[in-house]
Amino acid sequence: MTMVSMRKSLAALAATGLMLGTIAVPASAQNRDPAYAAARASGQVGEKMDGYLGYVTPPAPTLRAVVEDINIKRKAVYAEKAQANKATVEEYALTSGCLLIAQTKPGEKYQAPDGSWQTRGNGPPLRDSRCP
Amino acid sequence: MRSIELTRSANPATIFRMRKSGSQFGRRLLLAAPLVLGLATGGCISVKAPDKPIVIELNINIKQEVVYRLAQDANNTIESNPDIF
Repeated sequence: MTMVSMRKSLAALAATGLMLGTIAVPASAQNRDPAYAAARASGQVGEKMDGYLGYVTPPAPTLRAVVEDINIKRKAVYAEKAQANKATVEEYALTSGCLLIAQTKPGEKYQAPDGSWQTRGNGPPLRDSRCP
Repeated sequence: MRSIELTRSANPATIFRMRKSGSQFGRRLLLAAPLVLGLATGGCISVKAPDKPIVIELNINIKQEVVYRLAQDANNTIESNPDIF
């Protein structure tokens, strides 16, 4: 019995180690898609309040595909994390939007609480009153 | 012609009711009118006025609590997924 449980726990440890490794390595190795990084830097796309990317100017089809792909991936991550935290996807996404707007760099675009696109300056961004 | 017809048809109708059977019923109606009106208007106000503020305030309160609760976890999520954020 003890041997079996030992083996099981060892197997579980190994499995979690593998999972952590496979998750952590690509996360740290992968960076932003060059098209996304360029569009972000040039102000074509910005961070919306709802936690997703939005178009400041009408996007080219290639850029649209990249951004839609990112938003789908974001939603998948939000959904997974929201379930783990017993929150709704919208709540988790809004929280992330607060943080992502706060993390924008000067020159990047973000959505103000009134819905307008703003360029991030050196000061704090205009954010929803609920943001931490 | 018109004025005579109107007075003839109008007067008996009101006077007849008021004088004979309608006096008590009319008073009751008058007494009940404010109550009915009050209920009617009160119902309208209680349905319409709180409808908007309450919904908005609840959303703000719930979400602000939730946002603060989720902030740390969301920050970790963003940091561990630099390719999509």
